[in-house]
Amino acid sequence: MTRAIVPLAAFLALAGLFWYVLGLMNQGEYNPRDVPTQLIGRSAPAFALPDLLDPNKTVSPTDMAGKVWLLNVWGTWCPECWKEHDYLIHLARREGVPIVGINWRDEAAEAKAMLTRLGNPFLHIAFDPNSNAAIDWGVYGAPETFLIDADGVVREKHTGAVNRSVWEEKFKPYFVAAGQAT
Amino acid sequence: MRRPLFLIIGLALLSLAHARVEVHQFDSPEQEDSYNKLVAELRCLVCQNQNLADSNAELAVDLRRKTYEMVKQGQSEKQIADFMVDRYGEFVLYRPPLNSSTLLLWVGPFVILVIGVTLLLRTIRRRRAEQSPGVADDTLKTAASLLDTDRDKRDA
Repeated sequence: MTRAIVPLAAFLALAGLFWYVLGLMNQGEYNPRDVPTQLIGRSAPAFALPDLLDPNKTVSPTDMAGKVWLLNVWGTWCPECWKEHDYLIHLARREGVPIVGINWRDEAAEAKAMLTRLGNPFLHIAFDPNSNAAIDWGVYGAPETFLIDADGVVREKHTGAVNRSVWEEKFKPYFVAAGQAT
Repeated sequence: MRRPLFLIIGLALLSLAHARVEVHQFDSPEQEDSYNKLVAELRCLVCQNQNLADSNAELAVDLRRKTYEMVKQGQSEKQIADFMVDRYGEFVLYRPPLNSSTLLLWVGPFVILVIGVTLLLRTIRRRRAEQSPGVADDTLKTAASLLDTDRDKRDA
């Protein structure tokens, strides 16, 4: 009897641990594949990319200097981007959040069609088919959303779809502190 | 009998052959070496158990192109590795440097080995102690003398 107790206890402890971690993963609180961003507290990496909707214009992070804003990396090939799109529109239209998009590794025509169908939450959209800006921002999946403060410093990053709890917990406090949201 | 085996080996090799599709021109064999070394040692962030060389993920294609461009510009392997670490963290290196956060990773296997060997030796010692009969000396002497008398009788 006593011989069986040690392996049994070890098995139960491991099973409990796996169960607990699986629970965290299902709630989206733990992602073993997450690659933590290196950018928090650093200045937003520069880029100058053509605007998806008007290739003669250039989109650059310096356009946004002086306010708190979100940078959202998306593509029509990314299912989570379709899921979060409505919420981005809500943020842009109801909460007045300035959102700049990076359309990453996408077909321009498909990206425009998606915006026509679902609406456009972005002030500007940088078109980045070759990951030029994406690599500088350490992007490895989509959607990824960065918060940049009025001084041009990256303060927050969220990997995965933005929803209400992400907005309230991660992003909103910065807009409130800057007087850009209530 | 042998044919299926060759077929299986051939198919296995095919998967190695298709992984890298781009054809690159280098200025020198050193540059080509650097490039091959880097794409073998940098991790694909999308399919995380593959290196850049083996991955067909789109980001891996772009990171290979970036690596190629930087090699062509004459940047050193260290400069290019630092560039990647600066953006993606040390996770991008398949061989992480030894520091406080990776100490367990480097030392852990050896600690487990030492624990395992210690447990094994203890078990072996205990088993040996259990198996050796705990017979008192005088009992052994009696047994020996009995055996001797037995033999004497038989020899006589």
